[in-house]
Parts: sequence; C-alpha cells; structure tokens
Amino acid sequence: MTSPSPGVAEHPAARALAGRHRLRAWEAIPWALALTFYFAFPKHLGFGTEVLVTILFAISLDLVLGYAGIVTLGHAAFFGAGAYTVGILAKHGLWNEPITSLVLAALVAGAVGFGSGLVLLRTRGLTLLMLTLCTMALLEEAANLGHEYTGGFDGLDSLAIPPLFGVFEFNPLYPTTQYLYVLAVLFLCFAFVRTLVYSPFGQSLTGIRENTLRMHAVGSPVPARLVTCYTLSAAIAGIAGGIWAQANAYVNLGTLGLDRAATVLIILVLGGHGRLYGAFVGAVAYMALSHFLAKVYPAAWQLGLGLLLVVIALFARNGILGIGEALGRRLRGTRAVS
Amino acid sequence: MSAPLLETRALCRRFGALAAVCDVDFRLEAGARHAVIGPNGAGKTTLVNLLTGVVQPTSGKVLLKGRDITTVAQAQRVKLGIARTFQINRLFRGLSVLDNVYIAVAERVGAAPSKFRPAGTRRDVVEESMRLLETLKLADDASRRVSELPYGRQRLVELAIALGLKPEVLLLDEPAAGVPSAESHVILEAIDSLPRHIVVLVIDHDMDLVFRFAERITVMVGGAVFASGSPRDIGANPDVRAVYLGQTGHG
Repeated sequence: MTSPSPGVAEHPAARALAGRHRLRAWEAIPWALALTFYFAFPKHLGFGTEVLVTILFAISLDLVLGYAGIVTLGHAAFFGAGAYTVGILAKHGLWNEPITSLVLAALVAGAVGFGSGLVLLRTRGLTLLMLTLCTMALLEEAANLGHEYTGGFDGLDSLAIPPLFGVFEFNPLYPTTQYLYVLAVLFLCFAFVRTLVYSPFGQSLTGIRENTLRMHAVGSPVPARLVTCYTLSAAIAGIAGGIWAQANAYVNLGTLGLDRAATVLIILVLGGHGRLYGAFVGAVAYMALSHFLAKVYPAAWQLGLGLLLVVIALFARNGILGIGEALGRRLRGTRAVS
Repeated sequence: MSAPLLETRALCRRFGALAAVCDVDFRLEAGARHAVIGPNGAGKTTLVNLLTGVVQPTSGKVLLKGRDITTVAQAQRVKLGIARTFQINRLFRGLSVLDNVYIAVAERVGAAPSKFRPAGTRRDVVEESMRLLETLKLADDASRRVSELPYGRQRLVELAIALGLKPEVLLLDEPAAGVPSAESHVILEAIDSLPRHIVVLVIDHDMDLVFRFAERITVMVGGAVFASGSPRDIGANPDVRAVYLGQTGHG
C-alpha cells in the first residue's frame, strides 16, 4: 500500500481497532478465580472440573454461534466424538496417553465437523438447526448400536488413564490433577480462540454473522470460511469431550445427547454470546445456580432455571455480560463501539 | 471504440412465466458514466443481479473485457473488479463504520484468511479504510456502530464498502433511495467525485440524480431495453416521455 499519511492512524477509531486485541487487566480475573477455587475449595474440585470442561465446550460453541452466527443445536456431536475417541482407544487398550489422546480427540471431532459442515453449512436458519440436530442424533444412535466398541447404552467405564506426564495420577476422589489439567487445556484453547476472533479471519466471521449476502458481495468465500470455523470449533468441542472422558474415566451416550447440546446453548445465551467471556460467566452462573437450586428445591429446581432463562431472553438478549456492557455504556455515556 | 468493459448479449432471466430481463444487449464502455432508468418492475435490479452473478441468466451471456463470465460466481466476479451497492442497505449493522470498510478491504488485499495476527496490526488495511472514510467524509463517524447512523450516512457506508474493493466497474443500485432530499446531495457529490478509472453504472428512478450524473442513459421497460442514448436524446425522446417520464413525473 501507499505510505501511511499522518493523522489517519491516529484517529480514535483506528487506534481502537489497532488495540482491540490487547490484553486488558481484568482478563486475568477468571484465571485468578479458577486458581483461588483450587486452593479454597479442595473438596469441590470435581464440580470445579465439570465447570471448566463446560466453559471449554461453551467457548467452542461461541466461535460458531456467537462469532460466525451458525445456529446449531447439535454441538454435542463433537463433544461426544471426542469423548468416545478417548474412551474407545483407552477401553480397547489401543492408546491412553492423556495429551496425545486429546490431540486424537480433536482430530476425530474436527473431521466430523469438517465432513458434516461441508453438507450442513450450505443451509441456514431452521434447516441448519434441524440438520445439526439430526447429525447428533445419528451419532448418538451409532454409539448406541455399536455396542461392541462403544458399550452401547451402558457406555464405557473404568477407563484406564495413565498419569499425566507419567507423574500426576488421575484420582477420582481427589481430582486435583484433573482440575489443573483441564484448567491448563482450557487456557490454551481459550488463547487460541481469542487469537482467532481478533484476527482478520475472525473479523470476516462476524461479517458473515452480520450480513452473509454482503460478504458474498465483497468477494468473501463464505462457505469455505464457515466450514473452517466449524471444523476448528468441532475440534475444540472434541477436546472438551475428550478431557471430560479422561477426568471422569468414563463415556456414555449422554455426551452425545440433546440435553448436553441444549445446556451448552443455554449457558452461552445466559452468559452472552459473541463475547468470549460469556462462556465463563454463563457456565459458572448456570452450574452454580443449578447446584444451589437442586439442594434448596430438589423437586422443582429446573423451574428456577427456566424462569431465569425467560427473563434473560425477554430483557437481556446479550446475556449477563450484555447487561454489564449496557450499564457500563450508560455510566460512561458514550455510544462508541470499541 | 475498443471492446466494452462489461457487456451482455441477449441476456434473459425468467422467474416462472415472468421475463424479468429479456434479450438485453447492454454495453458499458471504459470510463463510462452510465445510468439505467425505468419504471418499477422494469428489470433494473435483476440486471444488476445478473451482472454481479447474484442470479444466473436463463439464457444469454455476460462478458467482462471480452471474457465470458456468465458462470463465474459472485465472489469471484468481485475479484475480477465488479462491485456493487444495494438498493436496500446491506451493512454489517452491529459493527463500527471502520469495521465495515475494514472487512471489505481485508478481503480485497487477501488479509481476511489470516488467523493468527490481530486484525488491528494490519496497518495497511486499517489506514486504507480510514483514508477511504476520510474521502467520503465519514471519518467522524468511524467509531460509531452503523445501526446508529442516520440513513443517509449508512448509504455512504454502502458506497465505502464497495469502493474498498477497488472496483473497475461499480454498480450503484438506487444510491440515494430512501435518503431525505436534504441529505442526498452528499451522496450525489460522492458519486460525482469518483475517479474516472472506475466505470460507474447507476440504476435509479431519481431523474435529478440521473440527468446530473449520466453521460449515457438506457431506458428499460418490461425487462427489455426500450431506448438508449445521451441524456439529451433520452430527455427529448417522445416515446420515453410517454412510457416513463410522462407517467411517473419527476423522481
């Protein structure tokens, strides 16, 4: 390009864009909290691990739903693909080293994402929603029928997962290894997704979300971008599923079920989609609340969650983080987009 | 004259029994300031859609610099230098004005597939986008969300996105549609100041705009070319006056 003219780069909008990807101080908070939890609640690390896995899964969904605008109700297909990859390899004594197993889980789930994405992503809206659901149902039924390999309805339990790096045991009663392992993997995957969404590629995904027809008209290869995004997201969901299987030492059909796919969607909507940290806020809020409500109202705890969702859907389309942003904007009185 | 930049030969597009565009031979010469006018339903927007590859013709050909591009997909035609704006805004409404233009420029310069460097570090793309906004006097709104802008300013963003693609041929589908007349002069000025190396085709009802801008006018009626000529010829053509100007009046 031509030499930069002075002034243009100094425009507030250009400076904001140039600095958008920079780390903010508050971004350390979730990680600090996660580490604090480790020391403060050693008896609840099982629950904590579950939350971290859910955050990872929700982040993978945020990439397709929040950024690229792909509406899916079948994201557990990839979570399950990853979980069963780890489960089948470990149960049949083929491979069980934790980290390489996760890589394999990512590859398998990514391949499923790529294959199904090539077909599904030609559609939009309700058709797409139904087809993602169907893909997941097909996988679930395949896992149900392939009893010999998948354990069918019973799933695969007592998976033998060797110590991490040959040193750190996966103890089901004191899941300290699991917690820190999942936290580390979550951090790496989050860093990857964060890089991706601030890149020109991520920018083009938001363009597709905001106006697909216009993206065609600016010469963007929309289908290829969507498939790439879907594949990467599927791979991350596969890592989430694989690490869930390792942490719990079992796999079952629930990893591929609508329940899981719907829950992660609810979590993302609750926290705020297209915002990276919505996955954190949503997972913590949802899981802490359901944990709490289940204790207080064992018979009707889901009613409380349902009401909360209705309120969010009616009054806060951008979830909990969206409420925070709106308040922040009002306080500052600015209308600029950062 | 040398080979036209963009040309159609016996172009037809039917939607069921309706021939939206029929047997159109249309030439857009290098350096042209061309306008297509016609009553509602004359097939003007369909013609733009055919030229840009949004719809495929039922029969006939589209040629760019003599090359047959009839089957070339829309995104590919953009790479070949054909850009357009839309009659009804198609913007990235939730994003800032700068982001809107950035996306277009990033696609053109090939930055868009890159995944591992932050968008803001592509200084070339950011600066080109900002300069473009300055040219269109949109720089003051660069940080604002597009959906917060008045409609007239949004129309300018439409134009900015198209110009970010550095087109050889720019197709403007009713560029001032829906803009209050007090604001429309800004858009007319922006179109007037487009450099000559960009061939511009405007589709419009707005006779002020068309007669101010165009050096050549094609009148479409019922999907076919009814008349073609200089603004003076068209303005004086009694048939055109009868079917079009006389019926719908000014604007």
